[in-house]
Amino acid sequence: MQIIENSTVYDVIIVGSGAGGGMATKILSEAGLKVAVVEAGPYFDPADPEQMTQLKWPHESPRRGASTVRPFGDFDSAYGGWEIEGEPYAKEEGTDFKWFRSRMLGGRTNHWGRISLRFGPKDFKRKNIDGLGDNWPIGYDDVKPYYDKVDKLIGVFGTNEGLPNDPDGFFLPPPKPRLHELFYIKGARKSNIPVYPSRMSMLTKKINNDRGVCFYCGQCSRACQVYADFSSGTCLIFPAQKNGGQIDLFVNCMVREVTTNEEGKATGVSYINKEDRKEYKLKGKIVVLAASACSSARILLNSKSTQHPNGLGNSSDIVGKYLHDSTGTNRMAFVPDLMNRETYNEDGVGGMHVYTPWWLENENLDFPRGYHIEMWGGLGMPSYGFGFNVNDFNSFFGLPVGGYGNGLRKDIKKYYGSVIGMAGRGESVAQKDNYCEIDPTKVDEFGVPILKFNYKWTDHEIKQVKHMHDTFEEIMHNMGGEPLGGKPGKDTNYGILVPGEIIHEVGTTRMGDNKKTSVVNSYQQLHDVDNVFIVDAGPFVSQADKNPTWTILALSWRTSDYIVEQLKQQNI
Amino acid sequence: MDRRKSLKSILLGGVASGLAVHGCNPKPEATTEETLAVNKYAYGRTPKEQEAIEELLSETFFKEHEMTTIAALCNLILPAEDGLKGALDAEVPDFIEFMVKDIPEYQPTLRGGLMWLDHKCNTEFDVEFIAASEDQQKSVLDTIAFPDITIPEAERPLEIQFFSLMRNLTLTGYYTTKIGIDELGYKGNSPNVWDGVPEHVLQQHGVSYDEDWLAKCVDQSKRGTLAEWDENGNLLT
Repeated sequence: MQIIENSTVYDVIIVGSGAGGGMATKILSEAGLKVAVVEAGPYFDPADPEQMTQLKWPHESPRRGASTVRPFGDFDSAYGGWEIEGEPYAKEEGTDFKWFRSRMLGGRTNHWGRISLRFGPKDFKRKNIDGLGDNWPIGYDDVKPYYDKVDKLIGVFGTNEGLPNDPDGFFLPPPKPRLHELFYIKGARKSNIPVYPSRMSMLTKKINNDRGVCFYCGQCSRACQVYADFSSGTCLIFPAQKNGGQIDLFVNCMVREVTTNEEGKATGVSYINKEDRKEYKLKGKIVVLAASACSSARILLNSKSTQHPNGLGNSSDIVGKYLHDSTGTNRMAFVPDLMNRETYNEDGVGGMHVYTPWWLENENLDFPRGYHIEMWGGLGMPSYGFGFNVNDFNSFFGLPVGGYGNGLRKDIKKYYGSVIGMAGRGESVAQKDNYCEIDPTKVDEFGVPILKFNYKWTDHEIKQVKHMHDTFEEIMHNMGGEPLGGKPGKDTNYGILVPGEIIHEVGTTRMGDNKKTSVVNSYQQLHDVDNVFIVDAGPFVSQADKNPTWTILALSWRTSDYIVEQLKQQNI
Repeated sequence: MDRRKSLKSILLGGVASGLAVHGCNPKPEATTEETLAVNKYAYGRTPKEQEAIEELLSETFFKEHEMTTIAALCNLILPAEDGLKGALDAEVPDFIEFMVKDIPEYQPTLRGGLMWLDHKCNTEFDVEFIAASEDQQKSVLDTIAFPDITIPEAERPLEIQFFSLMRNLTLTGYYTTKIGIDELGYKGNSPNVWDGVPEHVLQQHGVSYDEDWLAKCVDQSKRGTLAEWDENGNLLT
C-alpha cells in the first residue's frame, strides 16, 4: 500500500490533544508556528448539543447512567475506557495494569476530577529525602513561574496556606463546604489531620471573556458547555484557534511512528486515518509527543530505523521503564447524623470542596512518601445503582433488612445523603522493573504493535495503603460513622487498587541529565534526537502525591517556550 | 397496542377498554410515538453507541408471561397508593427489560427466579404467581424478601438473590425517573449559585461553618468580576 504524503511541512507536529498537547498547541501556535495536531479520536466540543451529556436526567439514558458502555457511567464524557475494541494491550503473567484511554479531542482532560495540585519543592528531590528513586534534574523554582502562568491562564480555585510542600498560587476563591464535608472536617480535626479548601480547576469567578463561570451542577466529568472547567479543547485549543493560530487538526488519526532521516533526525509522523484505514505521512521540523505516558512510549518503541534500531530515543533502553501510577484505595461510611436530610441543591462543583494534603513526616512511618485524602458524599442526583440495598443500614439499628412495599420509600428518604466516601491517592516509588514494552506478537486493528505491561506494587505502596485505611477508619469513627464493607486485610494487599487504575501513570520517558539513565533532558527533549520533545507525563521522574495534570501543563508550557527560543537561535 | 400499555392494562384491569376506544381515534398517534421513541435517547451518544442502544431496544428478552410477572412484582415492591405513583407509572418493567439485555449477567438470575416463583406458587397454591391472590403472593415474597446480609450475596439461595435484584432494579428504575426524582426531592441538575448549606440545616445536623474558613470562600456577588491578583497571589477583585 502506498503511503499518502501531505506536501505541507509543519513547523511542529503535536501528537495528542490532552493537557500536554493542548498547552503546546496554544503556546507554539501563538508564537506564530504552523502546527499540526494529530488526535486518535474524534473532534469533541462539550457545547455541541450532539455530544453534550451535561444537565441530562438519568432517564434520558435507557440504562440510567449505568457503566455498561462508558466505565465511569453513561454520562461521563470520555470516549474510551479500560478496554477499547480493536486496540488491546497485554500484561505479563502475574502482573497487573489497567490502562485508561480517552480517544477524543482533549483526551482525558474532558472527564478528569480537575484536582489541580502543584508539586512542591520536596516532590522534585525525593531521593535527597529518603534515598529512594531519583531526583528530578529540575526543581520547584524552575517550574514555579509556569505554575503561576497556568493558574492565571486556566483558573484554579484554592487558598494560599503557606504549606511547605503544597505551594501557594494564584487562586480563585473556593466554594463553601457541603454538609458532609463539614462532617469530614470535624472528624479529621479530631485526629489533628488538617483539612483545607480543595484546589480544582473550575471557574468560581470570571477569568476571561471566553469562558463562562461555574453554575454548580456538579457534573465536570460530563464536560462543561460553558467551558467553566478545564479541558484541553475548551481552554487551550479552541482559544488558540480563535487567536488566529495556524493549527491543522487531524482527528481520528492514530500515529504509528515518528519518521526519521539518514541523520536520525525526525522528519514527521506516519499515521493511520481511522476512517479510510489508510496510512498517511505528515512532515514536520519538530515532533512533540503528547499522546500520554504509555502511548508516547509505544510510538517511540515502534519508531525503529537503522539509526534507531532500539526505537527512537531509546539508546538508553529506558523508554517504557519506571512506569508508575498513584497508589489508591477507597472506603465508605454510613453516618447516622446525616440521616433524614432535608433536601436542597448541593451539587456544587464536580467533586470535593475540601481535601487533606499529606500531613505527616515519614520518619515515624513504615513507608516512604505520602498521600492526600479526597472525599465525596451528599444529596447527589440518582443514577443507576441508586436504591440498591436500600435498607442494609437497618442492620445497624437491629431492624429487618429487605422487604417490599411502600415502607421502602421511607428507607430511601431516611438514608439519602448519609454516606461519605474517602479515597487516598499517594505516591509510589518509581521502579525500573515496572515497565511497558512492545509485544511483537500482537498488533491492534491498525496493524500497530501493542504494549505489554509488567507492573507490581512493592511493600512501600502496600504499607502506605494500609495506613490510608487506618486513617479513614479513625476519621469515620470521629464523625460517628460506621465504616462499610469490611476493612481490607493483608490477603488483598489492604485493598490497593490495580496499577493504572488511578489514571496517573507517568515516568515512561523520564527526564535526567545522564543520557544513559534517562530519555529526555530537563527541557523534555530527547537526548538522542534534538527535534523530538515529550510533553505528557512520560518525563516525570517521580509523581508526588499530587495529581499530575497541573505539572504536565506547566512543563509543556516550559518546553514550548524552549522550543520557540531554540528555533529563534536556529539550534534545532 | 404498545407493549407497555398492555402490561399496565393487564395488571390494573379496566384500562383495556379505554385503550380500545383510544385505538379507534383517527389521529395518527402511532407516528408521533415512533418519532418520540427514536429521539428519546439523544444524550450525546457517539454513532456507534447510538446504534448499540437501538439494537438493544429492538431485541426482546422476556416473554409476555415473564413481563407480566415482572410487572406484578414491581407493583408489589412499589405500589401506587396513598396518592403516590408506583413502579408501573414509572415504566419500571421496560427498564428491567432493557437492563437484562444491557447486562446479560442478570439473565439467569431473573429468568430463573421467575421460574422459581411460578413453581413455588404452583406447589403451594396450584396457580402461577400472577394468578395467585395478593395474600398468596405476599406469603411467597415474605420467604425471599429478607436476605441475611451477613452471608455474601453470591452465597445466598438463588430465589433470595433474585428478589434482591428485582427490588434493586425496581427502586433504581423508579428513582431515576422524573416521578421518582420529584418524590425524592432531589433539587439539583440545574444552573444555580452554591452559597453554602442553609443555616437551619446546619443546626439540624449539629455543625457550623468556621468564620475563618468562610472568609476564604467565594463572594458570589463578585463571581462575574474578572479575577485579578497582586504579585503574591492575593486576589484583588
